[in-house]
Amino acid sequence: MKLRANLIIGGALFALAIFVGLLAPWLAHTDPVLDANLMNAEEAPSWLWWFGTDGQGRDIYSRVVYGARVSLTVGIVSQLINSVIGVGLGLSAGYWGGWWDDVVNGLTNLMLAIPSLIFALAIMAVLGPGLTSLLIALGLTNWSFTCRIARASALSLKSQGYVQAATVLGYGDLRIMITQLLPNMLGPIIVIGTLGMGSAVLSEASLSFLGLGVRPPYPSWGSMLSEARDQITTAPWLSVFPGLAIFLTVLGLNLLGDGLRDILDPQSRSRRT
Amino acid sequence: MTGAPLIDIEDLRIDLNHGSSQVPAVEGVSFRIDRGETFGLVGESGCGKSITALALIGLLRPPLSVGGGVIRFDGREIQRLPATAQRALRGNRIAMIFQEPMTALNPVSPVGRQIAEMFVLHKGKSWREANQLAVEALARVRVPAPERRVKDYPHQLSGGMRQRVMIAIALACGPDLLIADEPTTALDVTVQAEIIELMRTLCAERGTAILMISHDLGLVANVCRRVAVMYAGRIVEERGSADIFRTPSHPYTQGLVASLPRLGSRAALGRTRLKEIAGVVPAITSFPDGCRFNPRCAQATDICRATAPETSLLEAGGLVRCHHHA
Amino acid sequence: MHDPLGRRDDVILSVEDLAVHFPVGGGLLGRGGRLLRAVDGVDLGLKRGECLGLVGESGSGKSTVALSMLGLLTPTRGRIVVDGQVVTGRRAGNRKTLARIVQMVFQDPYASLNPRQTVRHTLEDPLRVHGVTAASEIEDRVATMLRHVGLRPEQADRYPHEFSGGQRQRIGIARALILNPRIVICDEPVSALDVSIRAQIINLLLELKETLGLSYIMISHDLGVVEHMSDRVAVMYLGRIVETGDWREIFERPAHPYTRSLIAAIPDPLHHAPLATTKGELPNPLSPPNGCAFGPRCRYAEAVCHREPGPPLEMRPDGHMVRCWRADEITDQTALALTASGHP
Repeated sequence: MKLRANLIIGGALFALAIFVGLLAPWLAHTDPVLDANLMNAEEAPSWLWWFGTDGQGRDIYSRVVYGARVSLTVGIVSQLINSVIGVGLGLSAGYWGGWWDDVVNGLTNLMLAIPSLIFALAIMAVLGPGLTSLLIALGLTNWSFTCRIARASALSLKSQGYVQAATVLGYGDLRIMITQLLPNMLGPIIVIGTLGMGSAVLSEASLSFLGLGVRPPYPSWGSMLSEARDQITTAPWLSVFPGLAIFLTVLGLNLLGDGLRDILDPQSRSRRT
Repeated sequence: MTGAPLIDIEDLRIDLNHGSSQVPAVEGVSFRIDRGETFGLVGESGCGKSITALALIGLLRPPLSVGGGVIRFDGREIQRLPATAQRALRGNRIAMIFQEPMTALNPVSPVGRQIAEMFVLHKGKSWREANQLAVEALARVRVPAPERRVKDYPHQLSGGMRQRVMIAIALACGPDLLIADEPTTALDVTVQAEIIELMRTLCAERGTAILMISHDLGLVANVCRRVAVMYAGRIVEERGSADIFRTPSHPYTQGLVASLPRLGSRAALGRTRLKEIAGVVPAITSFPDGCRFNPRCAQATDICRATAPETSLLEAGGLVRCHHHA
Repeated sequence: MHDPLGRRDDVILSVEDLAVHFPVGGGLLGRGGRLLRAVDGVDLGLKRGECLGLVGESGSGKSTVALSMLGLLTPTRGRIVVDGQVVTGRRAGNRKTLARIVQMVFQDPYASLNPRQTVRHTLEDPLRVHGVTAASEIEDRVATMLRHVGLRPEQADRYPHEFSGGQRQRIGIARALILNPRIVICDEPVSALDVSIRAQIINLLLELKETLGLSYIMISHDLGVVEHMSDRVAVMYLGRIVETGDWREIFERPAHPYTRSLIAAIPDPLHHAPLATTKGELPNPLSPPNGCAFGPRCRYAEAVCHREPGPPLEMRPDGHMVRCWRADEITDQTALALTASGHP
């Protein structure tokens, strides 16, 4: 199979972000929180401080490296929650139909009508800032697209002969959904999930930027941007490097999603040689 | 010119392009259709019958392309014609109907307009005249209440009615040739009978030749005067339609005739085990060497496995491509 | 007494006054909608070891009858008795119990196999669902079944796309037989296959019927296949059975005008002759015609046919049953009728 460029570049960028996050203690030069030294405050990037330092003399490079942990955790975990909710609701609604389908449809439309970031803001306002509330807020507000895709796939798959055959063989509904429907709709779900991870990374940045995400002094890319707001003209490196990290990770996830769509799309697989 | 056949295909080859490599999907296909004649092309899926017809109207699309041979329509080589001239032939002098009329009709346009369009496009009529002609065309294909039906959209019609509309569109400009690709496969038998009779009478009235493509040898033999049987990209036998059923010459044709339960045969002969054709239909990318039927043929010998047989003339009339034909 | 419905001890499946109606359209609470009578009062009996052909055009209700027999539809009226058990109704365990008695072979061998499961997976799962746990027994039964349908046990670990259409249909047959059912519903089992492969599958189905002692319900629009395989035939039109009887009676002495139209519509390959046509198409089942449902298309129809609904299925002296007001007159004029083809 020929791998597309977007798949390779996207996969490499995402893998790099994961690698940085996992190996942060070894890659970082200093402790991102404790090694503050006002003597080194607001140093420009140099051989000593690769990405420069902030107002409290902390190494921006090390903080960006550690920040990957928060951004990726939020991206991956919240999207997993979204996928599970979306697939669970969409698959069952498409397969069972009836009143349950109406309920799920109503819920999905409601979610689509409210901007998800506003909804997440409301949840954060109730739960208070912090990583856990961030995961919950983002994990509960972005499942509507997954749900739509899962429901549409279930609707078209359930008329396939092999699903009817499973019914005739006396399989239970749960078994049919998990063994017959789910594996055949996984392709688009994975694509949506990858794209959703990118938008979750962005949402984390936005919420942290608004001061609702991870509490300082622990670094996340969004909170770093938020703190750098006032010095954007005097010390641009404070915002450029976390911004670049967000940009490259989200770009990588989007390219990966597009690349996966190309190879996982059932349309592109031939039915018969 | 009256002597020249309407369609004259010589040694046609159609390639399936696969990156830089090419596989011949159709090879050495030659046949002629005279004016007003009914000719059938029979074979299984993947044998190349439909793409032969597409090549004939210049509608082959990548990855398929004509790799060799000559296609003459009314004495002119179709491939040499400029694209505009080819377009002018399609719909006007060569028309086509398909298996599933729902996909061939425009779902968002009333059927009357789709028929009228043919008169505007090819005959230079005004829309006003064309709409009137569309009503007449629908009446000719025996659609009840045509003045009301012209306003219907395709989804409002039954499968049989849609196929009638397709025939009305196809015959609108009085073409010289009607290509019918599995025209009744999606229909029930009683509706099939109606559509076939409609096609047969309308074409006979206007002297339109029919090229009928189907997997159903029985149907084609009933409708057409001559039949060519295709297997794996080649014509293996071409005969008068009654002969091909009575005295099939190629082992593949013999197998087809013997393997299908025909109405009345059980009452006459009792239930006998059907004669099977062994093996599977080969894929385009893995056609066997020599005669392409040899792996499934009970009579195959070394020569069948080594060299492809040439076409030979049968004493009783007709052509066959087999080393061991009777 | 001779009973062509076969309500006797050797009956393995009987359908009694089956009706399946679907509400169509309408607003909340189903008001304002109309009733689609997909099946309306069908009686059928299937004897052990018999093949019953079910014939009719699309919209005749034959698939609805099949789905009801499989327990996938809840009938509006009537009941289905399989092996002495009433299987209609919504009781939970029904579908699973039924699965071990009635199975189905599907039309399209491409859509009816899960592309993400190996053959082994496809055949082992049903066994596990039905409580077979011993690994050796599962392995044995899968291998035996594969041999039964003409495949090699070594091929079990392949995926459906690695097989040809005919082989896929063999896998579909293996899946239908893996639970040792008594009845197999074959829904157009060869019509999606290449013509040169059909004989293989027809022969296989007939062999399996003998070796495994199965009973078949054979649904097909190909009358040649139905005649070849069936012992008895039932002809459906617009949700009702219009004629039923021994295969020879149906094909040699068809009594219902609709059965005659079906047979006359088959093209004769040896003669370049016009096909006998039947005027019109199947009426809209939402607004069936007054009188006999076939009346508007019937060339024998008289005033009574347009006025009165079709008579009940009536037993004829030769043992087959017909639902037609004029059956006696029509069969008396057989020779006359068969020459008068074409439009009336």
